[in-house]
Amino acid sequence: MSAKKLPEHPDWLWRNPDPKPTYDAIVVGGGGHGIATAYYLARNHGITNVAVLEKGWLAGGNMARNTTIIRSNYLWDESAAIYEFALKQWELLPAELDYDFLFSQRGVLNLAHTLQDVREGNRRVNANKLNGVDAEWLEPDEVAKVCPIVNISRDVRYPVLGATFQPRAGIAKHDHVAWAFARAADRLGVDFIQNCEVVDFLTDGDRVVGVRTTRGDIHSGTVGLAAAGHSSVLAAKAGFRLPVQSHPLQALVSELHEPVHPTVVMSNHVHVYVSQAHKGELVMGAGIDAYNGYGQRGSFHVIEHQMAAALELFPIFARAHVLRTWGGIVDVSPDASPIIGCTPVEGLYVNCGWGTGGFKATPASGWTMAHTMATGEPHPLNKPFALERFISGALIDEHGAAAVAH
Amino acid sequence: MLLLTCPWCGPRDETEYHYGGQAHVAYPANPAELSDEEWAEYLFFRDNPKGPFAERWVHSTGCRRWFNVVRDTVTYEVLAVYGPHDPRPELAAGDPR
Repeated sequence: MSAKKLPEHPDWLWRNPDPKPTYDAIVVGGGGHGIATAYYLARNHGITNVAVLEKGWLAGGNMARNTTIIRSNYLWDESAAIYEFALKQWELLPAELDYDFLFSQRGVLNLAHTLQDVREGNRRVNANKLNGVDAEWLEPDEVAKVCPIVNISRDVRYPVLGATFQPRAGIAKHDHVAWAFARAADRLGVDFIQNCEVVDFLTDGDRVVGVRTTRGDIHSGTVGLAAAGHSSVLAAKAGFRLPVQSHPLQALVSELHEPVHPTVVMSNHVHVYVSQAHKGELVMGAGIDAYNGYGQRGSFHVIEHQMAAALELFPIFARAHVLRTWGGIVDVSPDASPIIGCTPVEGLYVNCGWGTGGFKATPASGWTMAHTMATGEPHPLNKPFALERFISGALIDEHGAAAVAH
Repeated sequence: MLLLTCPWCGPRDETEYHYGGQAHVAYPANPAELSDEEWAEYLFFRDNPKGPFAERWVHSTGCRRWFNVVRDTVTYEVLAVYGPHDPRPELAAGDPR
């Protein structure tokens, strides 16, 4: 053992305070969306006496497990509006938060392998253009210009017939995004309380007045849930149901490689999405495990399937190795769109149902949730995403439409 | 990979099955009389417990028959397998989540 002293710990990015008895607003869940909600409560609404309660450590759930893809090429108007708002914020955030979280607008290709894919892709490109989202249709030879390692040979089981391309899409380092938001929110006065699990809700009639936690009771008349896969568990404690199902979603990385993959490639039909992290790992993801699960792990055949899909598209990956696989718990809604808004409990708001696609929405999710909590009314961007739509039938059906299979 | 025991064919890999979600969701007795809220409940709202969950599976690449399973959604342990028309079995009191 070396007797050398360890170096001093660098400055912490946020304080680690004990909870106060009362706050103006409480956010349950210290993932990306919860942290962003607290930041925008302070920044946009001047509500700085805010606690974010996290049962583990900050951004240790899906915020650390996603495949970091950012895009806004969704089919329906409501989705394009909220995701494009998020993308515009992503473009401003590195400067605003004074933190380079390696946002890289390297574009996303959504490959088409069937005639139906081609028709859907063209339709989505046109819908995107009408909504001010950058989008173009590429023929196979143009796909190869954007991403030379994609196999555009006709001699494969599912040849590439073309692709949609969104040049402004990209990736960012997800944990740095969380830390950037957390540092900025902390500086504005937000308390991030870690190792603090909400076990029950304090109510007065139909109104929420606080939460019971593993670190004592904390009072507030405004409480927002941003608990992703655990939203149903929390809603049950508050006495209502949510139309979401929790599933494992897995991803994997290879060992480090020289830069070979210049963009993000997604394929619905053979079902994989692939990018290359700044450090060099190939990052891959695909669909959820079919069964309900809270175990943060899934079945290996799902990994095998997405690697087979990746090899079909990228023969160059044949000698790459899986370094690590993991799973997160995603809350999937019936129309594959999020739920952001009021609940049957007055003063209690919910932000859930992002399913497999929450990371890219982080700024818009936080912005609209903060607005909803601060004013008691939804922001125009999240108004269509209310819980009420499952009764009215005004669904925002992104199943299969959102440029990704769910 | 889950190992599920089909009541008719015996233990088989998860890849032979398809998932059917929550078990024991009955079709409404009087569909014409349901309110919008009740339709929403029937169509879109399902239990999503952290712990034992009664769910449906179909042995797609085997006998193609449906059956029910009680499975822990945290440990993924299969706690009971039973027929599609049988009531959910009582399980010994364990560690409820």
